[in-house]
Amino acid sequence: MTILVRGAAPLGGEATDVLIDDGVIVEIGTGLSGDHTVEAEGLVLLPGLVDLHTHLREPGREDAETIASGSAAAALGGFTAVHAMANTDPVADNAEIVELVARRGLQVGLVDVRPVGAVSKGLAGETLAEIGNMARSSAAVRVFSDDGRCVHDSRLMRRALEYVKPFDAVIAQHAQDPRLADSAACAHEGEVSGRLGLPGWPAVAEESIVARDVMLADHTGSRLHVCHVSTAGTVEVLRWAKARGIAVTAEVTPHHLLLTCDLLAGYDPVFKVNPPLRPSTDVMALREALADGTIDAVATDHAPHAAQDKDHAFGDAAFGMLGLQTALGVVAQTMVLPGLLDWAGVADRMSVRPAAIGRVPGHGRAIEVGAPANLTLVDPAAEWTVDPARLASKSRNTPFAGLTLPAPVVATMLRGRLTVAGGALAEAVLA
Amino acid sequence: MKNLLSAGDLDRDEAIAILDTAVRMHSVQTREVKKLPPLRGRTVVNLFFEDSTRTRSSFEIAGKWLSADVINVSAKGSSVSKGESLRDTVLTVAALGVDALVVRHPASGAVARIASWVDCRVINAGDGTHEHPTQALLDAYTLRGRLGDLADRHVTIVGDITHSRVARSNVLLLRTLGARVTLVAPPTLMPSGVASWPCETGWDLDAVLSGKAFGDVDAVMMLRVQRERMNGGYFPTEREYATAYGLSAERLDLLGESVPVLHPGPMNRGLEISSAAADSARSVVLDQVQAGVSVRMAVLYRLLAGAEEAGV
Repeated sequence: MTILVRGAAPLGGEATDVLIDDGVIVEIGTGLSGDHTVEAEGLVLLPGLVDLHTHLREPGREDAETIASGSAAAALGGFTAVHAMANTDPVADNAEIVELVARRGLQVGLVDVRPVGAVSKGLAGETLAEIGNMARSSAAVRVFSDDGRCVHDSRLMRRALEYVKPFDAVIAQHAQDPRLADSAACAHEGEVSGRLGLPGWPAVAEESIVARDVMLADHTGSRLHVCHVSTAGTVEVLRWAKARGIAVTAEVTPHHLLLTCDLLAGYDPVFKVNPPLRPSTDVMALREALADGTIDAVATDHAPHAAQDKDHAFGDAAFGMLGLQTALGVVAQTMVLPGLLDWAGVADRMSVRPAAIGRVPGHGRAIEVGAPANLTLVDPAAEWTVDPARLASKSRNTPFAGLTLPAPVVATMLRGRLTVAGGALAEAVLA
Repeated sequence: MKNLLSAGDLDRDEAIAILDTAVRMHSVQTREVKKLPPLRGRTVVNLFFEDSTRTRSSFEIAGKWLSADVINVSAKGSSVSKGESLRDTVLTVAALGVDALVVRHPASGAVARIASWVDCRVINAGDGTHEHPTQALLDAYTLRGRLGDLADRHVTIVGDITHSRVARSNVLLLRTLGARVTLVAPPTLMPSGVASWPCETGWDLDAVLSGKAFGDVDAVMMLRVQRERMNGGYFPTEREYATAYGLSAERLDLLGESVPVLHPGPMNRGLEISSAAADSARSVVLDQVQAGVSVRMAVLYRLLAGAEEAGV
């Protein structure tokens, strides 16, 4: 059976028809016909989005999220591949767990679930996890991260960068010097934290680690990826490192592109995230850096939490916010509407580059004949309002509740199969 | 006024009204029979997630002298570790039929959070390193007793400002009452962003107390150095702290005879305050304790009996 996507504008360019057969784009042109037609006039066609940073919570915290519910949220958000972070219980620090996660993702079949392996055993930051076994497993792990915990020991970080070379893998660092921002640190250190009496998380705790790590990446000649960049200072370090030719890439979250630390005034833990929300000067620097490519990718850091882990005082509540279903809308709001990125730019930062960083086969490809049909259709003229109760995640901790966002996802296609149609999960997939 | 969460919630009229009510409450303390009837049948729960003998006792006596039924609930040990959410803990207590919750919690903002979940009145009895509004009220009460109107009076607060809820509430309330505030601390204990606060700041205690830095000082408030800060690397040794920031006998001499010395207690004698200062005629530490009961009676009265009946 062939599928025809009729009248969509690839990357926001000129409208055309795209014909898909057996999961692959077979023809692009006008006046095409197929067995099944997806009407897409007025819609923008993007390569399926790829998330470098997702917490699916399975195994361990299936009350907060499962691979099934997280995959649904991802597909509805326009994603065709996600990287499942390693901080599960048990930790994804061995081949068995990463294979389990990948296999479960395949069973669910809504997005390609790419497990991230831990850098250190048990995320303890002491000895290397079985990186080689995870890379050589059927899950073919290419991204290693102790996300949530910084690999702060310089020697361990150096060894990790060296060790992943044979696998063409990347170390994704959560940059937080634990001596400058300990586990209690929960608010950007500045005027707001001082006034509210919340333990400060200073920008320098991120920047000093990134500065060290780019030098280690230079020294080892290995690939470094900086997770959820949150400060203008980090952007400057990245700019310098890239100019020097160091193999560093970086991501920014949608929430760091839109929200500021002023939101902490009411002490609502829905705004508690790590790294913390920063002042608007940082937000503007992050937008600029994403626009000029200093920051390579948008990554959600989708972090579902059960209500009982958020219904605490700010300092006691869990870090993290939902992100998969709102990511594209926030990027459209903060980058496309102000003219900082066009749709080709969105495709580059949310699909092409993240797929390249994660070495994800078949994703982030140009929309051309012969490419796997991993595609997303977006309505650039429409709006939608975020209703936490209607999100597919098992958790409700979105900081965007009640916000009206542009560019809803209309359809998502994984290897030629519609996972989302008409803005809802495709029936065939649910059955 | 429904709740008292921050000293910043009080405008000048409201603050003055509480302080004036407290004066009337104070007169009751000199009577042989101290009990007044206005909160008969009302239930006040002291919900303390952190140990406190002084503040809890003060609220307990204040409630009892107004004839409220006062119950102390110690919820120490974070609900996080018990697997229960703070919300569950609080809703359970509130469901007992409570008219007011007096809450102390080790986390900043916890009391505001709690107030968003319950219908009863909520009073902040200290939340983390954020605020302690009734402490600021009792300090203002004490200062008014010594200095009269606080407009344009210069109050210096000395010590660990970063971790002090007393300092935050005092800066807000003293400004509302028209006073000038100067904060003195080593740079490691000065909060980030303090430059945007409505006060002056300095590192040199002698320059401030002598009046050379910001003009003559009308009152000095010494903050307690918490035990856990002493080993936190904020200053080299207790000896060095006492040398630079303690209110020694010599520093006491820099102050005018009528300048009151306040301390929220408990005092570390020999560290932030010398015995010479603590026991001098300028010390108003025990006045503060007495004022605490009067001010808390006034707050409970105004929240629970309503301002319209303010005829005691």
